[in-house]
Amino acid sequence: MAGPDAVQAPEPAVRLRGIWKTYSGGVQANRGIDLAVRAGSIHGLLGENGAGKSTLMKVLFGLVSPTRGGIELSGRKVRFGSPADALEARVGMVQQHFSLIPDFTVTQNLILGNEPTTRFGRLALRAAAARIQELSDRYGFRIDPNARVADMSVGARQRVEILKILHRGAEVLILDEPTAALTPQESAELHGVLRTLREQGRTVIFISHKLAEVIDLCDRVTVLRDGEVVGEREIGPEHRGPGPDRDAVERDLARMMVGRDLPAGPGRPHAPGAPVLILSGATDGGALAPIDMEVRGGEIVGLAGVEGNGQNELIELILGIRGCASGRILLNGTDVTRWPVDRRLRAGIGHIAEDRQSAALVMSMPVAENALLGYQNQPRFHRRGRWLSVQRIRDFAAELVRRFDVRTPSVRVTASSLSGGNQQKLVVGRELARRPSLIVAAQPTRGLDLAATSFVHEELDELRADGRGVLLVSLDLTEIMTLSDRILVVSGGAMVGSARPSEVDEETLGLWMTRGRTDRTGSVEAAAT
Amino acid sequence: MRVFSIGLVISGIHLSMPLLFAAYGGLVSERSGVINIALEGMMLFGAFLGVAVTFWTGSPWLGLAAGVGLGILLGALHGLLSITVRADQIVSATAINLLALGVTAALIPTIWGQPGVSPTVARIPPVVLPGLSDLPLVGEIFAELSILDYVGFLMVPVAFYVLYRTPLGLRLRACGEVPEAAASTGVDVIRTRYLAVLTSGALAALGGVYLSLVQVGLFQRGMTQGRGFIALAAMIFGKWRPLPILAASLLLGFADAFQFRAQAVGLPLPHDLLLALPYLVALVALATFIGRATAPGAIGKPYVKD
Repeated sequence: MAGPDAVQAPEPAVRLRGIWKTYSGGVQANRGIDLAVRAGSIHGLLGENGAGKSTLMKVLFGLVSPTRGGIELSGRKVRFGSPADALEARVGMVQQHFSLIPDFTVTQNLILGNEPTTRFGRLALRAAAARIQELSDRYGFRIDPNARVADMSVGARQRVEILKILHRGAEVLILDEPTAALTPQESAELHGVLRTLREQGRTVIFISHKLAEVIDLCDRVTVLRDGEVVGEREIGPEHRGPGPDRDAVERDLARMMVGRDLPAGPGRPHAPGAPVLILSGATDGGALAPIDMEVRGGEIVGLAGVEGNGQNELIELILGIRGCASGRILLNGTDVTRWPVDRRLRAGIGHIAEDRQSAALVMSMPVAENALLGYQNQPRFHRRGRWLSVQRIRDFAAELVRRFDVRTPSVRVTASSLSGGNQQKLVVGRELARRPSLIVAAQPTRGLDLAATSFVHEELDELRADGRGVLLVSLDLTEIMTLSDRILVVSGGAMVGSARPSEVDEETLGLWMTRGRTDRTGSVEAAAT
Repeated sequence: MRVFSIGLVISGIHLSMPLLFAAYGGLVSERSGVINIALEGMMLFGAFLGVAVTFWTGSPWLGLAAGVGLGILLGALHGLLSITVRADQIVSATAINLLALGVTAALIPTIWGQPGVSPTVARIPPVVLPGLSDLPLVGEIFAELSILDYVGFLMVPVAFYVLYRTPLGLRLRACGEVPEAAASTGVDVIRTRYLAVLTSGALAALGGVYLSLVQVGLFQRGMTQGRGFIALAAMIFGKWRPLPILAASLLLGFADAFQFRAQAVGLPLPHDLLLALPYLVALVALATFIGRATAPGAIGKPYVKD
């Protein structure tokens, strides 16, 4: 230990030394990780799913106890048995799933567990709200303490989460993929808040797998892969503007994350064929305004929008889950407006459902039976009349597993034992086995790592090359921009914009998504310029 | 005797009270995230032990205490099964309901030497508040109210205050909405839920005691006649909120009172139809109940610490 007079660099706000974490199943999530985070900086933690980022930060927050290794805060050794200990030491974490109670107001959420009261044991809500308002104003959170969380946008909720740990006195803030569900505008607003926090001396650890925002926001980035640190980079202002410096660091970080060079995005001519799907004035008579749109063979149409602006309703309308109140839906030139779901699927629609764990797969059923879902009425799976043939189902499933590289010990294990990426490969495989002329892909890469994401993208691209139509619904604008031939934007249940990727940038799309059409007569294309 | 009279009001209050107690028992439990369809069994056990202890000691007050005590024990049992062991909350509660029906019926002959019904025991008397009972018209009502009626009406603002204005209420509701979020802020979800289920047992049993020791002064096999479930209906129809639950309990209680009086007066309506009236009202209330999303978010889900 250096004497009090020794001149030395200030101790890092957080130092992790040789963190090992082996879970009871034998999975080594962290393998000897060292990490130093400068006080008053934004430190990026970059890596694929399963790289060990979240585990490492749960160790720091006291949610997970490390198998080996130690934590120092500003040079002082600490040991956390629970998040309460970590909060006591002024370390707070916003986890990926929201920890707010939708039915409560911001104030109620923030005081929960540590409630101020008046003399008679009554909640001192007004005083608490005033303090939260003051905190919100100081860091530019723009949060109304009396608003109900259920009524707030996703971006606002994310800010409330951060406000919550600040309110508990956190000096070190750990944010686990905070922008995953945000629009570009909301992300930008969040970045602003984080920069203000940094100016005021707080330390932020920012977990992400989005390269661009890490470079925009962070002062230093540590990249994890397979539970180990594979590299660190200092990010300076020279890297933030567009140019060769930025490209170089981006390529560098990507290579470190994945362990190899990623294939370049598909550059390809757009030569659409005949329309496979036409909606003319189709509406459910409720959530959706009359919709006019078409998807042609050999093209990917990206549907962008803030979550909950009619995407799900539109998908249900196309599939026939939701009834069509007026207007028409044509599939390959045939009017399918009154057709039930099953008939439309047989006529050539494949559907990659948004929530694979509840809408696409039955988690407690074996892989083989999941592969069968939707095909159970096909004679090729029957024997002696309408009895299902277990053997034929398993053969079919095994074929899917092989063709789509689903990593599973057997087709007899339950879907729940597969990783998210492999579950999605199974769903994609099953839907493509239909050989659909139209595939409706709802958030097909949500929660997947880069490798699984690029698998799904390649499959969609192959469908396109094969002359089929793809409707890609995604909240990830980068995904929409890189994959789509045309982009449609929904807002409030209505189509508010249409453009080619080359004609717009993410900011413009974000504006359309949040503001919709500004007036009824002005065209959206005009608004884009 | 006319159907609509002061008598109807008195009888309506008396028939609403057991529902109100039990429905508030349901409210407290379910707001913390634990379904309690064992209200019926808890009422029946409370009614039974209340009469038994009054029979042995001659004091309805001891009977009251014993009945409520048993309710707390049953709450503990439901808690043990559904919170600690994390058994299915419906199964755990159904076990209590079946147990109540069987055990109380079996014990009637053992204790009283006759099947089906106990002898009459001392009832909890009305409180005479000088002045109030002398008022014209409403005086008649006050003359018939026991201490439990006042407790019941007082319970409404108290429950409201605790639920919405105190840290305990905030925590309880948090446990029923998103227990993980509550736990992450240091709230002890298990303890809070236990507290709620124990209270629930006490209140449901109090409803049963009211039935046996305020209304009739005896215990009869299966005497709750599904009132625990009617209370559950009142709670759902009242959307898990204190004031609407009061209204729903009064509605169902008065429907019952009307039915009794209509029979007594001899209204030209089929007997069976009149008997079914309170249940029909409950059915219609539930069928027209709109907005299922008002149930607590985590209701019925065991909380697992990770």
